[in-house]
Amino acid sequence: MCDTCGCNITPGNGHLVASGGKLSRTEDGKAAVTVLRGLLDENDLQAHHNREHFDRHGVLAVNLMSSPGSGKTALLEATIDALRHEFKLAVIEGDLETENDAQRVRAKGVPAIQITTGSACHLDAHMVHDALHLLPLTGIDIVFIENVGNLVCPASFDLGHHRNVTLLSVTEGDDKPAKYPVMFRAADLMLLTKTDLLAVLDDFDPQRAEAALRQLASEAPAIRLSVRSHEGLDAWTAWLRRELSAQRQRVAQHASARPAGQPDGHRLHHRMAASARPGYVFLPAKP
Amino acid sequence: MHELSVCRSLIAQVEAVAIQHGARAVRSIRICVGPLSGIDPDLLQRTYPLARAGTVADTAGLIIEHLPIRVRCERCGFESEAAPNRLICTRCGDWHTRLLSGDEMLLASVELETDDGLPASPDQARIF
Repeated sequence: MCDTCGCNITPGNGHLVASGGKLSRTEDGKAAVTVLRGLLDENDLQAHHNREHFDRHGVLAVNLMSSPGSGKTALLEATIDALRHEFKLAVIEGDLETENDAQRVRAKGVPAIQITTGSACHLDAHMVHDALHLLPLTGIDIVFIENVGNLVCPASFDLGHHRNVTLLSVTEGDDKPAKYPVMFRAADLMLLTKTDLLAVLDDFDPQRAEAALRQLASEAPAIRLSVRSHEGLDAWTAWLRRELSAQRQRVAQHASARPAGQPDGHRLHHRMAASARPGYVFLPAKP
Repeated sequence: MHELSVCRSLIAQVEAVAIQHGARAVRSIRICVGPLSGIDPDLLQRTYPLARAGTVADTAGLIIEHLPIRVRCERCGFESEAAPNRLICTRCGDWHTRLLSGDEMLLASVELETDDGLPASPDQARIF
């Protein structure tokens, strides 16, 4: 989904809304105002604004998503320990209730803003925008956004970040990518966490989990990681360094990056924006 | 369970379109939803009456067009329909495919009631 034209119109569905297509007129043959906007257009505009804010400060924003209890906060603690002398980090925490996670991060000496969503099952771009008002970005290198623990809804909301990291702990089952394809399609990186427990689990095969990810046509790398044994921590921090370096290059070139999820819509956005297509299209009434 | 958020956003967009065209009311709303959009069409349909209540769309029907998942293989060029968790090429089995459709969450069109009839006329017709 894009920021301005809602270009979920792709080569595969464009014929439906083009003139004469079955979505260009109503049941009784009358014309309809064709809108062609993503349903989350408002969120996406805010996300675009957030991303500009991150880019202006040269910050890499990484969204961590997973089911509850897969180790997002523990990963942040280990990441802070590994990178505290190298980069300035900050964290935006999302939970339904409590400041527990923000307190864990602050105890490591890193600024953390806690968003409590009440009953909302995901963070959206407006919540992150509000948090950014409380989080000075000057001097910050990487902002982690720890999304609400949920393998469904967070995948649908662009927050204005640059990369999605999806955690899958080995206690959850190696078929999770097949069960939650929308979430795992959105991953720029899959982290298989708590791998120290593999020694006592006989029903989780990391290769099967990665194979399930490939079935989603995802090229995202998969890193096996344990914050207890430190397996994979070097690979994870190396990925972060590469992404921060790439972000700095983009910023120098006045470019930006969007997380995985909807590359076709993004590609089409540029094509349609280039042709200055109007936001509304009036189609002739059918007799 | 974020269908209510989506529905509210939908209604906000529809209200903006209605105001722009001076519409008295909205007769129907058409949206396109693909299986990889992350929203459940049935839940959306059930949530919709809550979101439209008291708005310019409070009698408008919601028509949901279900779009199939289609992928094109980047290796062999074959196009086929696919299941949400199996987006590989059905001919050569390669996983390097590009999604052609199936992740849509799109407000396609709105049918408005205006005092002077619908704004559409052949003169104004534009094809994107």
